[in-house]
Amino acid sequence: MSEWWSYRPADFLMFAPRIYWRLFESLNAAVWPAQLLLVSAALAWLLWFVRRRAEAAPRASAVALALCWLFVAWAFLLQRYAPINWAADSFALAFALQGLGLLALVGCGPLQASAHSWRRAVGLGLLLWALLGHPLLAGLAGRPWPGAEVFGLAPDPTAIGTLGWLLLLQGRRASARMVLRGLWLVPLAWCAITAATLATMGEWQALLPLAAALLALMAARRR
Amino acid sequence: MPTEPTLSATRRVLLGGALVSLLPPALAATPMMRRIPSSGEALPVLGLGSWITFNVGNDSAAREACVEVVRAFFAAGGRLIDSSPMYGSSQPTIGHALAQLGRPAALFSAEKVWVGDGARGAAQIEASRAYWGVSRFDLMQVHNLLAWQQHLPQLFEMKAAGRLRYVGITTSEGRRHAEIEQLMRTQPIDFVQISYNLLDREVEQRILPLAQERGIAVIVNRPFREGALLQQLSRFPLPGWAADVDCQVWAQVALKFVITHPAVTCAIPATSQVVHLRQNMAAALGRMPDAALRQRMAREVAAL
Repeated sequence: MSEWWSYRPADFLMFAPRIYWRLFESLNAAVWPAQLLLVSAALAWLLWFVRRRAEAAPRASAVALALCWLFVAWAFLLQRYAPINWAADSFALAFALQGLGLLALVGCGPLQASAHSWRRAVGLGLLLWALLGHPLLAGLAGRPWPGAEVFGLAPDPTAIGTLGWLLLLQGRRASARMVLRGLWLVPLAWCAITAATLATMGEWQALLPLAAALLALMAARRR
Repeated sequence: MPTEPTLSATRRVLLGGALVSLLPPALAATPMMRRIPSSGEALPVLGLGSWITFNVGNDSAAREACVEVVRAFFAAGGRLIDSSPMYGSSQPTIGHALAQLGRPAALFSAEKVWVGDGARGAAQIEASRAYWGVSRFDLMQVHNLLAWQQHLPQLFEMKAAGRLRYVGITTSEGRRHAEIEQLMRTQPIDFVQISYNLLDREVEQRILPLAQERGIAVIVNRPFREGALLQQLSRFPLPGWAADVDCQVWAQVALKFVITHPAVTCAIPATSQVVHLRQNMAAALGRMPDAALRQRMAREVAAL
């Protein structure tokens, strides 16, 4: 691309915001009432983790999370987003890799709850936001409720929730710890990408994925 | 000042531009036209862009809304629709609309080739043709001059073989104007597409005069700065002179300014709403600003 310095972020926004938000309406209509089951199951696991974190089947949760990433890659990014944004094919590939990475983690030995209470607290907060807070944004912003962004279906809450999940757990083996570190890359990158997209669309909620990413990084570094 | 109502409708159609008639809008049912210098073919001065507005993906409701926009466009006498492989799903949206409307004979199809590898240009053009559902494109433009060294010879070959009627080049937002000028001087292109509006007027200095000198038709993109200009102007009431040139909304002011430059052949505002489409198309009717009023329009809008 020549004269790249003359391009603004808005020059890369190739769709209207209303069309973007309607993608979530289309997705939600296609899978209803899976949203209720998905959020309920995730909340149940979270409750299990809070009460008896030693028994909370972290590897099973990794499999479930992997399926969420793979579903978002296919149902949202490829099926719906790619027709209006030619970069979405690459996003879908990254999401699929994240899903495969989560599946690979299962083969790296047992996982356990993080030993750091600060990490666990921020992780719980981010997961709760992804499950219960993020879906409210559509209505709060004056968009139709059927366009709610739901964890496991929409990319933003899935990425934010995954950052929370990564804070909750740690690997016992070196291989698991290495894979867990790698699993931060895609959610963090997506938070930056979606923040840039939303900011270009003029949406205030662009701040949320950025804030979530920064909070997660700060919690991860705190000992 | 607006021009005097002395020309017949026929002459207004043929001459267009700053020397147009002042026929009352109700009588001026035929939109202002301009001729393509290389062929003499007449085109309505307002076409239809598709950047963002027609990129609706699999949203069936939005796609049907686009059908209505295209229907209103043809009903208002429009002909030229412009798109690009860069515009996401705009091409299939246009193809769907044309199929729904029975493939209007008035269509003047303007497309672009946008691929860095010249060897892939023909395949991309064929894919675009399939999306539109046309037998051939009227105009094929090299989008943003990307790989023009490879694409232009191929397009000239297609034109010579009758698989294309016109060849053009495009740029937007003032980029690569020196190269655009060079190609206008050295290549036998029929069209050049540039950005031009009440605030972005750099092309008035060299490119528009050069187009007149070289007999190159000019398509104007971003006449509203992708809507930002209208959003900015919407905070202000229409000036008194707007009524003198039959403008009811700022969009018509912006469009009349653009289409009355004598070098401009066609402007391509984009919209996803029928009401805006009709407002836009009405800018090709009624009284038009003369050169003095055009200067005043630009001066006063820049001062707002």
